[in-house]
Amino acid sequence: MIIDHPLLGPRDAAEFVYLGDASLMDRPEVPATGEPPTAGEIRTMHDHVHLRDNPAGEHRELWFHEQGDRSWLVVTRDTLTHRMIRTELARDVASGAVDVPVHDAAPGDTASSAIDHDSNRPEPTR
Amino acid sequence: MRYSALEIFRQGLSGNTGWKPVWREPEPAPEYEVVIVGGGGHGLATAHYLAKVHGITDVAVCERGWIGNGNIGRNTTIVRSNYLQSGNQPFYELSVRLWEGLERDLNYNVMFSQRGILNLSHSDAQRDAQVRRANAMLMSGADAVLLDREGVRRLCPFLDFDNARFPIRGGLWQPRAGTARHDAVAWGYARAADERGVDLLQNTEVTGFLMEGGRCVGVETSRGRIRARKVAVCVAGASSRVMAMAGMRLPIESHVLQAFVSEGLKPAIPGVVTFGAGHFYLSQSDKGGLVFGGNIDGYNSYASRGHLPLAEEVGGEAMAMVPMIGRAKLLRSWGGVMDMSMDGSPFIDRTDIPGLYFNGGWCYGGFKATPASGYCYAHLIATDRPHETATAMRLDRFMSGAPIDENGHGAQPNLH
Repeated sequence: MIIDHPLLGPRDAAEFVYLGDASLMDRPEVPATGEPPTAGEIRTMHDHVHLRDNPAGEHRELWFHEQGDRSWLVVTRDTLTHRMIRTELARDVASGAVDVPVHDAAPGDTASSAIDHDSNRPEPTR
Repeated sequence: MRYSALEIFRQGLSGNTGWKPVWREPEPAPEYEVVIVGGGGHGLATAHYLAKVHGITDVAVCERGWIGNGNIGRNTTIVRSNYLQSGNQPFYELSVRLWEGLERDLNYNVMFSQRGILNLSHSDAQRDAQVRRANAMLMSGADAVLLDREGVRRLCPFLDFDNARFPIRGGLWQPRAGTARHDAVAWGYARAADERGVDLLQNTEVTGFLMEGGRCVGVETSRGRIRARKVAVCVAGASSRVMAMAGMRLPIESHVLQAFVSEGLKPAIPGVVTFGAGHFYLSQSDKGGLVFGGNIDGYNSYASRGHLPLAEEVGGEAMAMVPMIGRAKLLRSWGGVMDMSMDGSPFIDRTDIPGLYFNGGWCYGGFKATPASGYCYAHLIATDRPHETATAMRLDRFMSGAPIDENGHGAQPNLH
């Protein structure tokens, strides 16, 4: 698989380390009140850490470019075909700096390592 | 006796036109006592033990494809009970004991061959860990033998003992472990269940669950609605997709695991050998092919095929452990989709929805568990109580803080 890095261009997925569902970035707030957490707060944190949507199809996931620029990426990928749909810098996603529109690939474009060059990449970075 | 030399001779004279199908192809009944979703090894074993042990024969097994098309026919066929955790080891030892009587039980030759499994150690720390593991195995009633370097050399003289980075220091040997013919396991369980009256519904995809008053009372399928007093899901690899139809999110990610087989060679590998400095396992099939594999690819996938970096990693480990393997030609490789759970251990449990049961999360260790999984799942379905060896395999174990984490990786499924 080839990951189209927003800053570095196409890179072999073997350079990356995989963490999992991008929802892991949205850590729930459990305020440090000094009181024991409520059952609801424990449930919320349990669900965040341990439960996954695990979709068959489009999946937003975190990849770390360990053998490269050590940036965290949010990669949107089809888990049925391994087709890459979109890559974003995780810091941009976290800050809401880049609001990337959903890109629908052309039907039939299912090669496992196909790079989607039409994906919305921040312009001045190449 | 259905199959004999005489029968083959007679059928040969009549153009092989007299063979009968091994199991029936029934039409689905409108209602069953138990509907099992998933006709893989575990689902078929569950049906067999429900009928045989608990006398529940009003059972249907709904299989989306055909019997034996899933992971039961894709694995590397290893059977062992060399676990450490008390939530796991007694269960896997029960499984090995069931394996030892399986052919008599099913009247079917599953070619269970107890030629042992050897886990290599390459450091003092690994040696200490193996001593601890061997003691856990012995306490569960399993067999375990610690081998020194010379003991390993007597078993497997072809290993790279003086590898510069990973010299072999010793090994943990379980003589009763082995391999079995995986397709025959599916066929044997299917025939045995069918003979006791279980309906095997092939090409019957479950498309939804019937809920009435918060209770699961059956399934919608591609061949119509089937009501049931109890619905037992057993679809490892597709668990998240199926349970999503019941509104459940699971502590599971789906990952692809690759396996490889070489051309057929003369007998060279006794039993199963595993590398201790990575994740690599090797055995030799009865046809002579070297069967081997390693880690999962490490990213969510439902694609049933992996990528090349993992093939390269497995090849590197093979060369580090058994340099002679470099002379063999790789015949083929394939991938299967695994339920990777958050602690690397499976689930056999009731769900919060009355009437709905769940079995899954087998990671890449489901094949060896087939008999015990079916046995314990049937026990749970029939009695609504977990079997004594499967009490820890609960769905709520991450909430209660009682995971069964063999490797100590935590909620990081791609590392288990």
